[in-house]
Amino acid sequence: MKIIVLGSGCKKCTNTAEFIKSIADKNNISVDVVKETNLEIIISYGVMSTPAIVIDDKVVHAGSIPEKTKVEGWIK
Amino acid sequence: MSLIKIFASWLIYTKLGFDPNSKIGISLHFFVEDTIKIYFLLIVMIYIIAIIRASLNIEKVRDFLSQKHKFIGYSMGSLFGAITPFCSCSSIPVFLGFTSAGLPIGITMSFLITSPLINEVAVILLLSLVGWEITLIYIVSGIAVGILSGIFLYFIHAEKWLQSFALKAYQQSLSKSYTPASTQSKLTFQERHQFAKQELFDIFSRVWKWVIIGVSLGAVLHGFVPKDWFTSNLGQGQWWSVPIAVFIGIPLYSNATGVIPVMESLLLKGLPLGTTMAFCMSTIAASFPEFVLLKQVMQWKLLTIIFLMLLFAFTIIGWILNFTH
Repeated sequence: MKIIVLGSGCKKCTNTAEFIKSIADKNNISVDVVKETNLEIIISYGVMSTPAIVIDDKVVHAGSIPEKTKVEGWIK
Repeated sequence: MSLIKIFASWLIYTKLGFDPNSKIGISLHFFVEDTIKIYFLLIVMIYIIAIIRASLNIEKVRDFLSQKHKFIGYSMGSLFGAITPFCSCSSIPVFLGFTSAGLPIGITMSFLITSPLINEVAVILLLSLVGWEITLIYIVSGIAVGILSGIFLYFIHAEKWLQSFALKAYQQSLSKSYTPASTQSKLTFQERHQFAKQELFDIFSRVWKWVIIGVSLGAVLHGFVPKDWFTSNLGQGQWWSVPIAVFIGIPLYSNATGVIPVMESLLLKGLPLGTTMAFCMSTIAASFPEFVLLKQVMQWKLLTIIFLMLLFAFTIIGWILNFTH
């Protein structure tokens, strides 16, 4: 499963990627978390608040570090 | 609020035994009173405002602004900049989101310029430290700077100095629009509380140290600079004191939280309102770190124009206030 974290490189975005990875590890699910910092690609998703999270080419969350239950919902 | 004053007096003068007339005593009293007052207000007010604001998001602001007529758009852009807080790391995506939605460049700029100048934290601090009159003057000046700068940038066709990919997005207005799922349904109180809690934590962890720095500087000024020094050296008569204040403000990068306690102290010491205001706005808005971030979407030429324009605007505001107040 591929999860893309969109963000221009701020601390919150790094934290978000690590957070998702840690939850996946706890649940023994293998995910591929990729950070995308290219601005051109970020705007092509129409996202204006980062960190934003893309799964299967769909934006599922934007503007904050997601809650734990939300992340579990995506990866399970 | 007077309870805090009484507590500060008790702590510094009675308990720790400092002389209420000594420089160090006055400084410490100012520090204790202001720090407690600011922390208390920040925690309570950020939470309350976030509860109310939970359903407002930047995508809605964009959609709203893109339907407005140009000249109403500038005012609304500037106004929204005032009420929508966002940290400097999101200014780039917001900028791109606005431009790629085809919003006129001037309106986007109005929004971006007002946003750091006026936000709920700044307003809370101003209200509690310098009173509602100066708060109102500050808000009106900040919004005016945003509107006029936006119009100016529109007239000089600022978009030609965007980075090429941003210009392309602006001309084609091609981005898909994403509306967060959580805002489509009504928020429960639990969700609002969750949002407010995160918001409070975010903002507080970002600004607490600025409060300490700002209040310390304010306290030193308050206790150690003689009362008439500012009035006699940098009074209303000296027109050049305003541009100087603006220039001193440039390298002193801070945000509103750090500067407003200093502003309180400067005003108490008799520095004219216009000079103080110009100094504070320049410290908050003309900051190099933010400009370097904007380099990703704008060419140096545009950044320089915006920078000089802001310095000019703050100087004019300072002069107007010094003459009329």
